[in-house]
Amino acid sequence: MAGSLGEHGHHAGAAGPLSNTASETDIVEEIDRSRRRARSGFRITFVATWVVLVGILVGSLILAGKIDTTFIGLWAPYILGGVPITIVVSVASIAIAVVLATLGSLGRLSRNAVIYGIASFYVSLVRGTPLIVQLLFFYLALPQIWDGFAKIPVLILGIAALAFNYGAYMTEIFRAGIQAVPRGQIEAASALGMTERMTMRRVILPQAVRIITPAIGNEFIAMIKDSALVSIITVQELLWRAQRTGQSNFRTLETLLVAAAVYWALTIILSLFQERLEKRLRESDVRV
Amino acid sequence: MTTDLGDPFAAPGTLTPAGAEPIVRALGVHKYFGSNHVLRNATIEVYPRETVCIIGKSGSGKSTLLRCINFLEEPTMGEIEVDGLQVKADPLHARSRAHREQIRQIRLRAQMVFQEFNLFPHLKVIDNLIEAPIRVKGMKRDEAIAVAERFLDTVGLREKRDEYPSRLSGGQKQRVAIARALTMEPKVLLFDEPTSALDPTLVGEVLNVMEALAHEGATMIVVTHEMAFAREAADRVYYLEDGEFIEVGPPQQVIDDPKDQRTRDFLARTLGEAHVHEGGVVHQPEPWSVHLHPDAGAAHPHPHDG
Repeated sequence: MAGSLGEHGHHAGAAGPLSNTASETDIVEEIDRSRRRARSGFRITFVATWVVLVGILVGSLILAGKIDTTFIGLWAPYILGGVPITIVVSVASIAIAVVLATLGSLGRLSRNAVIYGIASFYVSLVRGTPLIVQLLFFYLALPQIWDGFAKIPVLILGIAALAFNYGAYMTEIFRAGIQAVPRGQIEAASALGMTERMTMRRVILPQAVRIITPAIGNEFIAMIKDSALVSIITVQELLWRAQRTGQSNFRTLETLLVAAAVYWALTIILSLFQERLEKRLRESDVRV
Repeated sequence: MTTDLGDPFAAPGTLTPAGAEPIVRALGVHKYFGSNHVLRNATIEVYPRETVCIIGKSGSGKSTLLRCINFLEEPTMGEIEVDGLQVKADPLHARSRAHREQIRQIRLRAQMVFQEFNLFPHLKVIDNLIEAPIRVKGMKRDEAIAVAERFLDTVGLREKRDEYPSRLSGGQKQRVAIARALTMEPKVLLFDEPTSALDPTLVGEVLNVMEALAHEGATMIVVTHEMAFAREAADRVYYLEDGEFIEVGPPQQVIDDPKDQRTRDFLARTLGEAHVHEGGVVHQPEPWSVHLHPDAGAAHPHPHDG
């Protein structure tokens, strides 16, 4: 017994770690498999839940018997014709808003009291008044000051008002994003002899852009919905067309349903895009 | 108790040419943060080609002094001189354009290496290195790349040229940061606790690069807690306490045979804890030492069992 002990010990020493590793891989693989199963199970149930909920929603609307589907079939193309206008308004407004917000955020971070004053005045004015008031002001009040405003197409006025409004909100988002760049970055840049302007352009803004981009996505999705407001100044976008056909035919239920469905679809598509973008940014963040 | 500039311990390092004038002078520097008096009449002189270590407790003002030299902190009183450029502290008056330009010139000559590396995360290693030479010094891109690659060789990271900083270990990041500072071809390097943010196993590679630079005759001011490094690489060591220099001299004196009781107390505490870092090499406890005799308990029968 004592004689074989050494041999036995030696044997166990050589084989032990190997067999151990094998069973460990098994366990790791099994855990991995069960995780994947759980994940795909979740997905299937999730999609099924959505299908059921959408089914209930659509089904109950139809079963209520108040919806004239032939009317929808007849007028849907006209209403959907507003989608490009909705998109043009949203894209143009967000683009201008990004420019305003960049200037605004730099102003809000300026050490120059006048520039800081102008930027904070803009933000305060916009955030302190309802968007619809601003929109009506552009459309109805400005022409009273100078009748040249009356000649500006409503599409342009609508875009201007939305950009003016979103620019202020996004100013604050951009400012937070710029301030989120670590202080050490500014120190490193100035220690290298960079001027303040150079530091801002070459070091801070490129990093701030990465921080801000997901938020711009959120704002764009919000903009798609807020763009419906320009219908009140007669921009012939999605909601305006829905309202017009609905009211003149006493079929507002159908037309608003179409409009709502389209807005919803647009935001879902955009959220999917945004999720992808954020994932890409996160992945590149690992490399950043 | 502030060190007299004329004292014998202020003799420059061995690589310093005879009769050389100091390349960095901080004269009578005071710094207040609000009412907190962080630097009290601190004076330091650094000669060309010498390595000076500033040691002292956390909060003694070491980093603040270093940051006053390149004006990342504005000194409240005193005067800074780097490579003949003098700037007097003038916190009451807004900086004029000329004053700002003077400070920028000082920063070009005194490059800093930070505790937290502060590499630009959106730029590849090579772009981190060439950004300032091109934008600030107006160097041509090809030339800047050649210089940058030379200094990447110096820190042994040529192969990481096209990586983003986030793909590097802490030690590699700090070596890139050193290369970035070198690429500006400064007169003096300021190291602000360059290994304090590093995992202990990565400290050595950074200290090795710094030691090599010191031996090649770079002028360096190093704020550090690494006594082994100070002993090995420094020509002179300054001990700072509560914003005042207490003791100055070669490491054999300040670290191994301090004259002042306060220096002795500090070193007793620091060296007492620092046995893990001998010569910058980390002594790793053998992982198995704890489990040397896993069956020890079972092997010894319980005394009451008999």
